[in-house]
Amino acid sequence: MEKFTKLTGIAAPMPLVNIDTDMIIPKQFLKTIQRSGLGKNLFDEMRYTQDGAEIPDFVLNQPAYRKAEIIVAGDNFGCGSSREHAPWALLDFGIRCVISTSFADIFFNNCFKNGILPIVLPQEQIDILMADARKGANARQTVDLEAQTVTTSDGQSFPFPGDAHRKHCLLNGLDDIGLTLEKAAAIDSFEAKNAALRPWA
Amino acid sequence: MTARTLYDKIWDDHVVHQAEDGTCLLYIDRHLVHEVTSPQAFEGLRMTGRKVRAPEKTIAVPDHNVPTTLDRANAATMTEDSRIQVAALDTNAKDFGINYYPVSDVRQGIVHIVGPEQGWTLPGMTVVCGDSHTATHGAFGSLAHGIGTSEVEHVLATQTLIQRKGKNMKVEITGSLRPGVTAKDITLSVIGHTGTAGGTGYVIEYCGQAIRELSMEGRMTVCNMAIEGGARAGLIAPDEKTFAYCMGRPHAPKGAAWEAAVAYWKTLFSDEGAHWDKVVTLKGEDIAPVVTWGTSPEDVLPITAVVPSPSDFTGGKVEAVSRALDYMGLTPGQKLTDIAIDTVFIGSCTNGRIEDLRAAAAILKGKKIKAGMRAMVVPGSGLVRAQAEEEGLAQIFLDAGFEWRLAGCSMCLAMNPDQLQPGERCAATSNRNFEGRQGRGGRTHLVSPGMAAAAAITGHLTDVREIMTENV
Repeated sequence: MEKFTKLTGIAAPMPLVNIDTDMIIPKQFLKTIQRSGLGKNLFDEMRYTQDGAEIPDFVLNQPAYRKAEIIVAGDNFGCGSSREHAPWALLDFGIRCVISTSFADIFFNNCFKNGILPIVLPQEQIDILMADARKGANARQTVDLEAQTVTTSDGQSFPFPGDAHRKHCLLNGLDDIGLTLEKAAAIDSFEAKNAALRPWA
Repeated sequence: MTARTLYDKIWDDHVVHQAEDGTCLLYIDRHLVHEVTSPQAFEGLRMTGRKVRAPEKTIAVPDHNVPTTLDRANAATMTEDSRIQVAALDTNAKDFGINYYPVSDVRQGIVHIVGPEQGWTLPGMTVVCGDSHTATHGAFGSLAHGIGTSEVEHVLATQTLIQRKGKNMKVEITGSLRPGVTAKDITLSVIGHTGTAGGTGYVIEYCGQAIRELSMEGRMTVCNMAIEGGARAGLIAPDEKTFAYCMGRPHAPKGAAWEAAVAYWKTLFSDEGAHWDKVVTLKGEDIAPVVTWGTSPEDVLPITAVVPSPSDFTGGKVEAVSRALDYMGLTPGQKLTDIAIDTVFIGSCTNGRIEDLRAAAAILKGKKIKAGMRAMVVPGSGLVRAQAEEEGLAQIFLDAGFEWRLAGCSMCLAMNPDQLQPGERCAATSNRNFEGRQGRGGRTHLVSPGMAAAAAITGHLTDVREIMTENV
């Protein structure tokens, strides 16, 4: 997994609430057996017509936002299915950070496994970041994970919450499985105890 | 001892390790696997030379891609990419030695229907699957939720999951349901009440008389859609109905082990005085047969209502409703019962169980679907299909003009050939009415099986209670 430390990039405004995982990556693209290559189909049905032509109004098709690395989104981003294809598609497009008032739990969790930082901020701050993102390509926002701050293009800075384990993994690009396997002895002893207490499980 | 909720108890019994910052390693009792969210996880194991730690606790079944037409044994019924995905699961199940129900097996079906049916899902267990509707298994008083593919790989390799504990939310449905009102109406009404983000960060326990009065099938319908309310997991405390459902299932304990299991299961309830972070109470008698009108499961109203206007809402929802009405081709003030339907889909992990088929067949018995209507029943598993045939339900569906299909997820998410065309309007017993969910431009109205059957007869969204009156 790629590390996430500090990012300065273009932020695309997507104020729509309840952007679901079917919007982020429609089901016809879930038939892949790989993780890569989904970026061209990110937001497919919002981004292209049925014949595959770009819909010019869609934010990521606008010249200012074609190289966006941050999305500032409406409430409850990533609701719906557990498909990790959603963060895979975002990452493959180049998005490394999504900022919203709230995220669906499974999507939120999936982001961290892929080097994407989801940030939760209160509505007033989202409103300021959204307005800043609307200024276009020259309005670059900065996300600093070490300091846990987001800074607008004109220097307004907001602290964001986060938990220590996820931050550590993201800063260092660590593989969860490797870390868990270091606790193999604890898993062994849990299984031994469980076999006595709940043999049917 | 501190009073604990059911969620607290199951959690406590599965913590392998707790870090200083509260992050826990949670033991997983059952890992269900399907073909869409697992190939990259198995590939990860191969690349790192890791094995499946507990193949005996891992159960796989293909369901999302598989065609449900009767000719599906013919490989040409599947697209190339679907075929590759199903073949990958065949290979992975064999190579890693996990329990497997291939497409050709009569026990094949939707993973969330097969798990309980085969007795893999039992009270007090932790159950995960790379699918958000894993919440279904919470009906047994098991802590069950969806995970992403990276977590699927993590569970395959370690039989554990890294988790932080969620908050406790109680959803109580008091009193009894009125005739024509079902588990689907409960779960949709709760989402209508709390919103799709109302359960974010929580595990919901459903309780109250109306929940206790539901069958296991109905309880699975309620828990299935916990995720649509934002909660990863929904739970219902096990009781005699739960034990009766589990008894004798192929993978349920037997003899003395059964007695020991039941004794433990009887401790699985929320203690008097346990702490709830949020409580929602609805009166069972106030719940009506409901239908969704928009593109979010929270866009739900009683069938007797009219299409709302964006001006009825505030904040970001104003724009979202305006967009939804445009997508759905609806006008504010239009009666919901005036909305004409092209297609009816009965099935899915929400409503593809035997009781759902019985409810739909009771409405359809002796009736025909509206001319020109496309209608299909997709049983949740091969065994549900067989039972429905034995009970004569299949014949009722066929006589009414429905297609009688083989088991799979089918038109719930349209990864197989069953899709809506742009503008095609469907009354569906599934769980999501998102834009494009059942096919690009397709318009979905979520309803109960009885309501779906009623719409198939009349050709428009219909109050099932009117057909029930006719049938008396």
